Amino acid sequence: MSVTKAAEKKASSNRRSAELLDLYERMVLIREAERMCGVLFAEGEIPGFIHLSDGQEAVSVGVMASMTAEDTISSTHRGHGHALAKGLALDSFFKELMGKVDGACKGRGGSMHVADLSVGMLGANGIVGGGVAIAVGSGLAHKLRGGDAIAASFFGDGALAEGVFHESLNIASLMQIPVLFACENNGWSEFSPTSTQIVFSLEDLAAAHKIDYRRVDGSDLEEVSAVASEIIDAMRRDRRPRVLECITVRARGHFEGDAQRYRGAGPAPVDPLAKTRLLLEEAGASAGDLDQLSERARTQVAAAIEAARRSDEPTLQSAAEEVYAQGVKP
Amino acid sequence: MSASAVRLGHVINRALDDALARDSTVVLMGEDIGKAGGSFAVTRGLQEKHGRARVIDMPISENAIAGMAVGLALSGYRPVVEIMFMDFIALAMDAVVNQAAKLHFMFGGQGAVPLVIRTQHGGGLNAGPQHSQCLEAWFAHIPGLKVVCPATLDDAYALLQASIDDPNPVIFIEHKSLYAMKGELSAPPPEARLGVANIVRPGTDVTIVTYGAMVQKALAAADRLAQESIDAEVIDLRTIQPWDEATVLESLSRTHRLVVAHEAVEAFGVGAEIAARMAHVGFDELDGPIVRVGGAFMPVPFGRGLEAAYLPGEAQIVEAARSTYG
Repeated sequence: MSVTKAAEKKASSNRRSAELLDLYERMVLIREAERMCGVLFAEGEIPGFIHLSDGQEAVSVGVMASMTAEDTISSTHRGHGHALAKGLALDSFFKELMGKVDGACKGRGGSMHVADLSVGMLGANGIVGGGVAIAVGSGLAHKLRGGDAIAASFFGDGALAEGVFHESLNIASLMQIPVLFACENNGWSEFSPTSTQIVFSLEDLAAAHKIDYRRVDGSDLEEVSAVASEIIDAMRRDRRPRVLECITVRARGHFEGDAQRYRGAGPAPVDPLAKTRLLLEEAGASAGDLDQLSERARTQVAAAIEAARRSDEPTLQSAAEEVYAQGVKP
Repeated sequence: MSASAVRLGHVINRALDDALARDSTVVLMGEDIGKAGGSFAVTRGLQEKHGRARVIDMPISENAIAGMAVGLALSGYRPVVEIMFMDFIALAMDAVVNQAAKLHFMFGGQGAVPLVIRTQHGGGLNAGPQHSQCLEAWFAHIPGLKVVCPATLDDAYALLQASIDDPNPVIFIEHKSLYAMKGELSAPPPEARLGVANIVRPGTDVTIVTYGAMVQKALAAADRLAQESIDAEVIDLRTIQPWDEATVLESLSRTHRLVVAHEAVEAFGVGAEIAARMAHVGFDELDGPIVRVGGAFMPVPFGRGLEAAYLPGEAQIVEAARSTYG
C-alpha cells in the first residue's frame, strides 16, 4: 500500500470514527434525557404517562443521521428519541413534558404528543398507527413539491395490526410516495408479545405491497446508520417508498411504572450504547473522553430540567384561544 | 346576459375548479373522483383539466386518505377530500377526530390543518341505513373541527371557497337530495364567511332555525303557517360549527318562539344544543317551549314508503311551530 493510500484509509477511518462519536453522543443525550424523565415521573414532576425508548436509541439516531430539516417524520407514543434525534431542543422537550407554557407545544401535548414542525417533526402520536398515514401524506407533499426531501414514519410492531398501516403501505407503493416505513420491532404490542398478535412478517407484507424491505439489528448503530443512509439516498433519487425493520429492545415496560408481570425473564438485551462505546474504544477513543461526553449530556439535561422547573404553567385562556387556527397560512 | 341554469353538482365543480386554478396548494383526493368524476359526478372533468397530481384518485381507504390529508396539510397543502357517503367517515374517524381536529391545539398553535372533507348526507334516495345518515352533530361536538352545510347554490359556492381558505379542518356537507336542485349561480360568484347565518324569510311570530335541505321544507312550512296567520321567520344556519348564536338570539328576541329543525336524528342532535343554549341565554324572551324537529331514533329505513314516512318535513315543522303556542 502506498503512503498516500494508507493516509487516505486512515483519514476515512478517522472520519468514520468522528461520525460515530457524534451519533454516539446523540444516543447518550437521549438515554440521559429519558433516564431523567423516569426520575421526574417517579417524583411527580412529569404528569400523565410516559413511554421510554430506552434500548431503541440506535434506531432514532441511526436513521435520522441521514435526514435533514427538510425531511419530515411522524412518530409514536414512544417518541422521545425520535423528537430529540430530529432536532427538538432539550429545553422545549422538558418544558413540554412538565406541562409548561414555553414547552414545544405550550404544555398542551405532553410526552405522547410532542411536535416541532420547524424541524420536520410532525408529532408523536397517542394513537397506535396514527402517524403512519400522516407521514405518507407528508411524503406525497414532498413528491408534489419536487426536490429530494423524504418522509419517514416511525412505528412499533404493534402498529402492524392496525388497518390504516395496511392501507398506507398499499397507497405508498401504488402512488410511489417517498416515505420510509421505519419499524421498531421490540417484540411487544403493549402488554402482549407481538408473536401472539400478528400472523405475518413485515418482510412478507412489504413484498406483498412490492416495497423494498431491509432488516437491521436495531442495537447496532453502525449497521442502522449505514443501511438507512443507503436507503434514504436511494429514496432521494427514485422517490419510492421503503420498509426498514429494526429489531430492537424495549428495555423498560410499556409505560413507566409498568410492573411487567406479563413479562418473563429473557436473555439480557444488547445495549446499543454499550455496544457503540466498545466500538469507539476499539477505534482508539479514550475512556476518559467518552466519560466526559456522558458528563456533558448530564449537565445539558440537568440545565434543561432546571429551566423547565423555573418555567410557568400555561393558562386555560391561552389554550382556549388556539382551539382554532386564526387565518394562519401553514 | 342571464346565467344558464345549473345544478348543485355543477356549482361545487365550479368552486373546486376555481380553487384549483387560484391556489397551487389545493389538491383534491377521493375515491373515483378522477375519470369517473365521483359517484355524484361532482368532480367530473377536473382531473382532465388539472392533472392527476392535483386531482388524485384514491383506493378505497378512507382512514388513510384522511390521514394523508392531515400530513399534506401539515406540509403546506390544502387538500380537499371527497368521502363518497357521509356514513363512510366512520372509517376515518381517527384521522378526523384524533388527528386533524386536535393538531393545531395539541402542538401549541404550531402550523395548521387546512383540510376540507366534502361529503353528502341525508335520505331521499332510498339508499338505506348505511348511505343516508346525517352525522353532522358528531363533528360539531369535536373542538377544532368546523361543520358547514349549504342550502343554496350561491352558498354552496361561497361556503366551499371559504372552507378551502379556512386554516382549520372543515367538514363540508352537501345534501344528496339537493344535487337535483336547479337554479342560477350569481355572477360574479358570491363570497361568504363561515359562522354567519342567513335570515331567508323574515317573520315576526316564530323563528324556525334549520340548515341544508331542510331549509326548503321550512320555507314551505312557513307558507302554510302564513295561511294560519302565523308569520314565521326562517333562519338558514349555513355553518353548524361555529353557529351564529347572535342571529338566532336576536330573532328569538323578536318572535319569542323557537323551532329547530333538521333531518338528523333528533336525540342528542344539533337542535339539542341550540335549544339548550337559547333556553339559557334567551330564557327571558321565550313565550313558549322550544320545540325540536328531527329524525326518529332509528336507522334510516330503506323502503320507499318507509323512508318517506321516516323523513321529517314540512308537516312536522308546521306542527312544531303550532306547539310553541303551548
